Amino acid sequence: MSETVRRKGITGYILLAPAVVWLVAFFLIPFYSLLAASLFNSDGSDFRGYTMTYEWSNYWHAIQDYYPQFIRSLVYAGFATFFCLILGYVLAYAIAFKSGRWKNLMLVLVIAPFFTSFLVRTLSWKLILGNDGVVVNTLQFLHILGPNGHLLYTPFAVVMGLTYNFLPFMVLPLFASIDKIDYRLIEASNDLYANPVVGFFKVTWPLSLPGVVSGTLLTFIPAVGDYINDELLGSTQTRMIGNTIQSLFTEANDYPAASALSVILMLMIVVMVLFYVKRAGTEDLL
Amino acid sequence: MRWLQSKVVLILGILVLVYTFVPISVVVVMSFNKLPSEQSKIYRFNQFTLDNWLHPCTDPSMCQALGRSIEIGLLATLGATILGTLAAFALVRHSFVGRSSTNVLIFLPMAAPEIVMGSSLLALFVSAGFAGQLGFTTILIAHIMFCLSFVIVTVRSRLAGLSDTLEQAAMDLYATPQQTFWKVTFPLVFPGILGAALLSFSLSFDDFIITNLNAGNTTTFPMYVWGVSRKTIPMQINVVGTVMLIVSVLIVVGGEVRNRRRTRALAGPSPARRDSVVAAAGARSSAGGLEAV
Repeated sequence: MSETVRRKGITGYILLAPAVVWLVAFFLIPFYSLLAASLFNSDGSDFRGYTMTYEWSNYWHAIQDYYPQFIRSLVYAGFATFFCLILGYVLAYAIAFKSGRWKNLMLVLVIAPFFTSFLVRTLSWKLILGNDGVVVNTLQFLHILGPNGHLLYTPFAVVMGLTYNFLPFMVLPLFASIDKIDYRLIEASNDLYANPVVGFFKVTWPLSLPGVVSGTLLTFIPAVGDYINDELLGSTQTRMIGNTIQSLFTEANDYPAASALSVILMLMIVVMVLFYVKRAGTEDLL
Repeated sequence: MRWLQSKVVLILGILVLVYTFVPISVVVVMSFNKLPSEQSKIYRFNQFTLDNWLHPCTDPSMCQALGRSIEIGLLATLGATILGTLAAFALVRHSFVGRSSTNVLIFLPMAAPEIVMGSSLLALFVSAGFAGQLGFTTILIAHIMFCLSFVIVTVRSRLAGLSDTLEQAAMDLYATPQQTFWKVTFPLVFPGILGAALLSFSLSFDDFIITNLNAGNTTTFPMYVWGVSRKTIPMQINVVGTVMLIVSVLIVVGGEVRNRRRTRALAGPSPARRDSVVAAAGARSSAGGLEAV
């Protein structure tokens, strides 16, 4: 591939301007509005209007009132990311190295289910995990679940929904990383009498780390802010921070508190991502 | 035994795939289910019927919401594809100041959690005094915003994979810049643009979190499903789910067949088909995006 010469001049700016303006106006500036809204007077309302009073206590109140939801979101998203990593790694590895001429077909099959409406798909888990469903009946038959036990409306159902819905975000970057690995390296480790497990952790896993890092981030970030799975598969006992922000905005119309929560969520994610990427960069991931 | 050992990973991988298809098969099966009269049995298969398929609009508000989603999807796709394609050309073919900050600006919307983007946008609309006018326009603005980055990334990767030798050849043969663009460059980039447009439409059509915050009283299809999920769920939503699955599989398979035929006809190097599938479906996951940070 020959290096394309990049043309100088004003044309580049003209081509770029509309997209950049759109993103600045409707992606960047809104963050400023969010930050501002989080400092509005907390006794204002839609009708009376808000005034900017630099009400930093909004943050304190938000944390105080909603820290359980924050912790729950982190824990659920963490578990979902972990399960996605296990399932996704197996699938990505199988597609990259074991699928032969079915590679393209399997890749299409990975994404195909996710073209059906997110909400319709999530609702159908309600049916699968329901109290008369096959899963509950089987588990009751095996005495893993008590006779009155249920799965729906539990943290298990929420984590399971999150795992299911964000799996492709894990599989695709993992696949991209694993597919680049030279399979001869793995064969070489076998020839040198590494057992498959040692070979995996010394050769395959380290080489796939870029995929692991981007896959876990791309799963964790949307999962932590999601509220669809929790609303449909969980109960009031399992509410996540996304549910809270959503209902404060659309039902309670408490913009300052909702904005403060949103800002906290964003900062938390930024800090975690920076920390994580830094550690991953120094091969300290394990 | 050895055979099993060599296939164990593949079998496990296929099991994971099967797992991803479980809810889909439920959606397809339930699209043939007769809605039970008893509220408590709503989550069980009741009786086979073709009614849902024959009368999809029994609840007119569902079809209304569906129509609105398609309308928003098409307009958002049009907007995002045009703006994004222009930007992709600028990024690959032109030099300008501020390249790395532009890359970050493009990457961030793909990585930011939807709830934060949605609530920021709502804060903007409210503080600009549009709280009472949330609806079609605000949804459209939001959808173009979050589709844009995916279009840019997809078209950019297609453009970056093309060398400009063919264009130089056209110029050497006295084609004007306009002719070169429309006869050589555009046809070569078109598959990337088409993929980006399809991706945009599916993102826009399926978005709930950002839409719900900025929709006011306007209802899109995902919002309709959200609304009925606490009440009686009309089985017709499963018909819509099934149709979406069929249409997207047809598009993917159609693209594949076309690619194969063309590859055979040209007998040349095959266009990076698989890469385009990965790029189109998981532009979110493109490693290039992370490098931008």
